[in-house]
Amino acid sequence: MRLMKAALLGAAVAAAGLTVASGAQAQNEQFIPGLIYRTGAYAPNGIPFANGVADYYALVNERDGGINGVKILYEECDTGYATDRGVECYERLKGKGPTGAAYVNPLSTGITFALTEKAPVDKIPVISMGYGRSESRDGSVFQWNFPLLGTYWSAADIIMQHIALKEGGFEKLKGKKVVLVYHDSPYGKEPIALLEQRAKMHGFEFTPMPVTHPGVEQKATWLQIRQNRPDYVLLWGWGIMNSTSIKEAAAVGFPRDKMFGVWWSGAEPDVRPAEGGAKGYHAAMLQHGAGQFGVHADLKKFLYDKGKGVAKYDETGEVLYNRGLVNAMLGVESIRTAQKKFGNKPLTGEQVRWGIENLDLSAARLKELGFEGMLQPLKVSCQDHEGTRAGRVQQWDGAKWVVVSDWYQSDDKVLKPMVDAAAKKYAEEKKLPVRDCSKES
Amino acid sequence: MLGPFLETLIGGLLTGVLYSLVALGFVLIFKASGVFNFAQGAMVLFAALTIARLAGAIDNKEVFLGQFVAAAAVLGVALALVGWYVWREYMARGGGGDERRKVLLLSLLGAVAGGAAAYAYGKGAWPMWLAIAATAAIMGLLAYAIERLVLRHLVNQEGIILFMATLGIAYFLDGFGQTLWGSDIYKINLGLPKDPIFLFEGVFPGGLLVDPGDLVAAVIAAVLVIVLALFFQKTRIGRALRAVADDHAAAQSVGIPLNMIWLVVWTVSGLVALAAGLIWGAKLGVQFSISLIALKALPVLILGGFTSVPGAIVGGLIIGAGEKLSEVFLAPILVKQFDLAGGGIENWFAYMLALVFLLFRPQGLFGERIIERV
Repeated sequence: MRLMKAALLGAAVAAAGLTVASGAQAQNEQFIPGLIYRTGAYAPNGIPFANGVADYYALVNERDGGINGVKILYEECDTGYATDRGVECYERLKGKGPTGAAYVNPLSTGITFALTEKAPVDKIPVISMGYGRSESRDGSVFQWNFPLLGTYWSAADIIMQHIALKEGGFEKLKGKKVVLVYHDSPYGKEPIALLEQRAKMHGFEFTPMPVTHPGVEQKATWLQIRQNRPDYVLLWGWGIMNSTSIKEAAAVGFPRDKMFGVWWSGAEPDVRPAEGGAKGYHAAMLQHGAGQFGVHADLKKFLYDKGKGVAKYDETGEVLYNRGLVNAMLGVESIRTAQKKFGNKPLTGEQVRWGIENLDLSAARLKELGFEGMLQPLKVSCQDHEGTRAGRVQQWDGAKWVVVSDWYQSDDKVLKPMVDAAAKKYAEEKKLPVRDCSKES
Repeated sequence: MLGPFLETLIGGLLTGVLYSLVALGFVLIFKASGVFNFAQGAMVLFAALTIARLAGAIDNKEVFLGQFVAAAAVLGVALALVGWYVWREYMARGGGGDERRKVLLLSLLGAVAGGAAAYAYGKGAWPMWLAIAATAAIMGLLAYAIERLVLRHLVNQEGIILFMATLGIAYFLDGFGQTLWGSDIYKINLGLPKDPIFLFEGVFPGGLLVDPGDLVAAVIAAVLVIVLALFFQKTRIGRALRAVADDHAAAQSVGIPLNMIWLVVWTVSGLVALAAGLIWGAKLGVQFSISLIALKALPVLILGGFTSVPGAIVGGLIIGAGEKLSEVFLAPILVKQFDLAGGGIENWFAYMLALVFLLFRPQGLFGERIIERV
């Protein structure tokens, strides 16, 4: 027994020594932290995303030798989707590399809320692609936040436009019942303001129904839905909550084709566990969907054929893997944009912030990067940190996602006044300076 | 109004039976050793993950051959030991001098035989019964490891120290299970029916909806509860367990081996975890969140008492029905009347319900009355 204890103690000391011994890194490297989750309740959705991000950075290093010769130094930290652990990861990684973190992708609305106050102090931009505060698209107030590709208000608006189109116009929604089943967290609550606004405008009855973390017990919610008989159910879930919702919808006989998930409720891990029950279910798309595009050929050639990929090659066309690729690409292109102004060297967070704010991806450039068919052109500016507000709707046919709509643009006549009001309120509460975007270059 | 009420009540009661099953795992260990086993939820997850990965692979994410061979080896050891024990009992022979060597040799033979069989079978999914048997053996091994490596060194320590040790076991098992088997959502296919049943369609408009999957799960859980109650009341080892629960020292003085009892208790609660993991896994898919179901058992325990098997059952039913009814009928009234921000109430309401019961019965519904004479 004494021998075993000594051995255990020895192992612990050795492990501690190894951790301390790492260090000493090259100077021509751009450090990018990865706040991801491969463990915990949301791992099934976190893993493919993290794989996509890691593979894209590796591809840039392998294929191009880095960003204009500056190698990417990428380090993951597992947040488990918990806000406290996310902040801890951020604190640990923000100063790494020769110039500190280029930017941070919190991959959680809760962590984004927490970092929104820290980022301006540390001068590190926060890219919350397809999540985060909806009003943070206003760059005059949220100088350091970039909810690229779409906010939750955009998502909810696109879904309502799609429903209205199917019903024959917004005026046909009068008297209809719409229920939102949402993750009881900052994330799930985001679309409520927009949906209330739309309900007021078009006279439909809107009921939000919360589901507590992690969302494995939803019987009460779905029995209420069965009793109230809404015309449409919108789903703002994450992780196992999504598949549980779809299973419960099947159990109470709510038609799946009247169910619309946000783009975080529309990937393979959300529908596959519900098996046949998921057939017909709809979800909004954060522009891209599933499938393999130009960039995947490069991934195969430079990584997977050499055994360097993180995932399995046939998983690289999945929705969340593709989202990881898109997320990493937008970051890399922002750094490239910033390099044009500041030179081809490792950049600080402040310099990269300028790059994100001046990011301009044309159709031709997207094609060059291998993202044609996944994304529409986007242009970020001081006033507009979202860059684009386009989206589509997809449907699960029992085996794969099928795109069933044309492109929608969220209606800025509805969104803009809400964004302005919310951003103004935030600036007043936090006593933030408001930039004059007309004077920014 | 009566229709929706009855429907919610039935749904709540069926969920409640499943809560009872998890609560039972806690009660067994607490009854026999006075330890509140925080790792029960982690054990449920570990068991469910093991079954799911052995029984089949979702979307071609196959398990490594090594894991199959290891699982088969453990099963082989268990079979060899059980066989040996039965044979010895049958021959009614006492232990000889070289007992230890015999056990080791048999275990080794079992492991080699099991491992070789699995290797010959090759990579692939096992039939459900084999996966369950192997998982049962692994849960037994886990119980042995916990007893040998953790509990034995903590005999005579304060209850809180033992509790903290189980906290450590919980985190270890959560992480280790996912490292070993992966953290995707895995399926357990028990062939539970899925199409909803509608009762009394003539009496209530739309009928009363009952989820047949929940119904079957509740029946399985109920059978398990009865088997366990019989095990405690009628078998020799069950009586020994109750003796240990009443008084450690007295039980030891009449020759009941404490270590052996702990091993049995942890194995049994490992098997209860297996059953809970099987049912919850079939219902939700096997994934980390399963371990959080254990938190649902806490209000059940507060309500039913930590030492009572019937308490766990009745407590589960009350909590299950109570939380669903409160969410459906009370929450909207609260929000409307007091203009609250909203949000789900079923999670905290379950605890409040349990605390209200405690006001009237501090020892829990069926707990042992605490009498202290000064």
